[in-house]
Amino acid sequence: MENLHYSYPDGKEALKGVDLIIQPGEKVALVGPNGAGKSTLILHLNGILDGDGEIRVCGMPVTKENLGQVRASVGVVFQDPDDQLFSPTVFEDVAFGPLYMGMAEEDVYQRVDEALIAVGMSGYEKRISHHLSGGEKKQIAIATVLSMEPEILVLDEPTAGLDPRSRRRLINLLNQLPQTMLVSTHDIPMVAELFQRTIVIDGGIIARDGSTQGILADNEFLEQHGLEAASPW
Amino acid sequence: MLFAPVQLHIPDGFLSIPIAIIGWVIALGFIGVALRQTNRQLGERQIPMMGVLAAFIFAAQAINFPIAAGTSGHLLGGALAAIVMGPWAATLIMTAVIAIQGLLFQDGGLLVMGWNILNMGVFTAFSGYAIYSFVTSIVGQSRGARLGGAFLGAWASVVIGAIATAFELAASGTSPLSLAFPAMAGVHALIGIGEAIITIGAVSFLLVSRPEILQQAEVAPGRRGANLIVVGLIAAVVVAVFSPLASGSPDGLEKVAEELGFLALGEAPVYEILPDYTIPFINNEALTTILAVVVGSLLVFGIFILIGRGKIRSQGAGD
Amino acid sequence: MHYDLSDQYIPRSSVVHQLDPRVKVVATLAYIFSVGITPEGVWWAFCVQFAYLLIVILIADINFLYTIRRSFIIVPFVLAALAVPFTTPGLEWIRIPGLEWTITQEGLIRLGSILLRAWLAVQAAILLSATTPVPDMFWALSALRFPKSLVATIRFMYRYLFVLADEASRMLRARAARSPRIKGVTRPSMIWQGKVAGSMVGSLFLRSIERSERIYDAMLSRGYDGQMRSLIRFEMRNSDWIFIFSAGLCLGLVQVFAYLG
Repeated sequence: MENLHYSYPDGKEALKGVDLIIQPGEKVALVGPNGAGKSTLILHLNGILDGDGEIRVCGMPVTKENLGQVRASVGVVFQDPDDQLFSPTVFEDVAFGPLYMGMAEEDVYQRVDEALIAVGMSGYEKRISHHLSGGEKKQIAIATVLSMEPEILVLDEPTAGLDPRSRRRLINLLNQLPQTMLVSTHDIPMVAELFQRTIVIDGGIIARDGSTQGILADNEFLEQHGLEAASPW
Repeated sequence: MLFAPVQLHIPDGFLSIPIAIIGWVIALGFIGVALRQTNRQLGERQIPMMGVLAAFIFAAQAINFPIAAGTSGHLLGGALAAIVMGPWAATLIMTAVIAIQGLLFQDGGLLVMGWNILNMGVFTAFSGYAIYSFVTSIVGQSRGARLGGAFLGAWASVVIGAIATAFELAASGTSPLSLAFPAMAGVHALIGIGEAIITIGAVSFLLVSRPEILQQAEVAPGRRGANLIVVGLIAAVVVAVFSPLASGSPDGLEKVAEELGFLALGEAPVYEILPDYTIPFINNEALTTILAVVVGSLLVFGIFILIGRGKIRSQGAGD
Repeated sequence: MHYDLSDQYIPRSSVVHQLDPRVKVVATLAYIFSVGITPEGVWWAFCVQFAYLLIVILIADINFLYTIRRSFIIVPFVLAALAVPFTTPGLEWIRIPGLEWTITQEGLIRLGSILLRAWLAVQAAILLSATTPVPDMFWALSALRFPKSLVATIRFMYRYLFVLADEASRMLRARAARSPRIKGVTRPSMIWQGKVAGSMVGSLFLRSIERSERIYDAMLSRGYDGQMRSLIRFEMRNSDWIFIFSAGLCLGLVQVFAYLG
């Protein structure tokens, strides 16, 4: 099953011809300097942005008609959890996805339970979102997407701003989750730990796409694209 | 300082119950129209955007600057919200702010919230917007004109809100008009300066960083409606203030109706709703006449606006 | 911050806390209404209504001093009513020499009634927020037929209140850190300071707009289609009906006798 395949010339000048295929079950890191086009790329994956070119997700082309299904199959977790958690309580946020997928009430409750268990935060249903800590918010943010049972998870800077303990917890969580994953990040040590394959994007094109080990060993290449092998987090 | 000094939040008990109910009826009318208009303006984005902007206004009300002798200037925000988002969106935004302030912090009563919404949300937004767009349409769209219009609009919005509050207090017998009017108007003429300065600071900032936002607001729905409403309100108030001096005859409303060209509507129904031009439960006679005329005019103008919008829709033009 | 942003909700396991939020909202409004239509000067009616409130506060396991303390929020507006004793026509009671001001009995009665009404009403509102979590209050509003998109807007505002208040206070702190008060150096003009404050407001506005766009994207990503949906939450139980009827009876009787007497 093909997960993702697209190529296009100018998507808002931010992406200048990106070709990319991800197989089911793969866990891939997306790295590159700021402004390279990482977020733009992500926003194409669930149809929020509409560039020129072809995108297919789980065998479906991404078009207006099947946006609902696409968004249920590709779970995007945005960088700022305060943008992702937009309901007053945790329960309402995690229930949002299944609710809008049109599921029956009991099924929604079940999905919420399972999603919270998966991120290790069951019991948080009645908590008020703005009372949570940064690390807790990040985990709940992932739960809000897991409740839709997507096949693919896309995360934008999941470890940004976390203290070491929360970061460790998040990395362990990502390690456990079975979904196909694409993670955009500056956190090189996490990349080395979790992801076999890395895609380096710079200036709107893919500079390199291959084994993480190989890329991280090539210091010259790293420097060329504004990366460092051992970044602070 | 514990509270933002633009203190127009009327608590419960300070307005009589019948007046409070009238306020809610009028407020709900405006809110209903505001919901529809903003939906047309913003579509799906409406709810998250209005909600976040309401939170913005609330937070912005805490941003202050020193004026004199330990006091500071604050923002109420109705005029600014209208200048950057259009008057109907501003109505919604301020309604949310006032609702949260009343429900969560008990700043402003629950039964009197209708009037609080009108004073701090509707009157401020529409008067601020009307003055701003009036100035820019006459003087042009230069930076100076915009800042001048915004300054005047913001200042006037606070004063008008305060004057309205004074009228409501007087009509309820809580405070005599001869005292409330000068006190509220006077104090808020000063407070309004703080509002005006912060407002032009914000507008000036936006002109530099994202001028297209202000241009968008100018084509927001409600421009014509806003001007109509303000003209209507001013006319109603002027007529009302002078009508007790006229021999108490029913000519007042007819005259207004004539001048604005809908004499046909001036007959029958309104007169029956307010028998003999008085409202039974208010003591002061002159005041009841004033209030009757104002309520009557508001109803008439409401009808006019509904008809006007109906016409516009059938002609296929946008608002 | 100009409000104390900590939650007003006091979690307890009282009967009052467990009432349907619709019941609590309606009861609060009915109470404020009832206090509002009580005729001036019928002091015993106000006392009974006060006692009623105290009893409910007691059952709700809320500290009575808490509501009293927070009721002082109405104090600034009390000034607005202070002219009443001087300006209400009626039986002269006290004359202030030299100023030609008279205080009338009717005026004092009216003033007292206004203040009592305001004081009782605000305490009822405080009790409501102390016994009802905010999301439940919002649900009650939409269940009571308030326009759904308005309630949804208010929900969003509540969610982002603290986020934006934080951003604002960070800006204020940054400004304070760059505003040393040095003796002998003239402070910048009021106009300049006002413009700085205005720029802060403007920048906060832009950030808010951008944030709302990101939130909208996040909503789209989870299937938002413009309709607000939610799961039903509460159903009326016997205790709810009992409370509503007994409250209505009690307050109603007070009014009947107040008007008859």
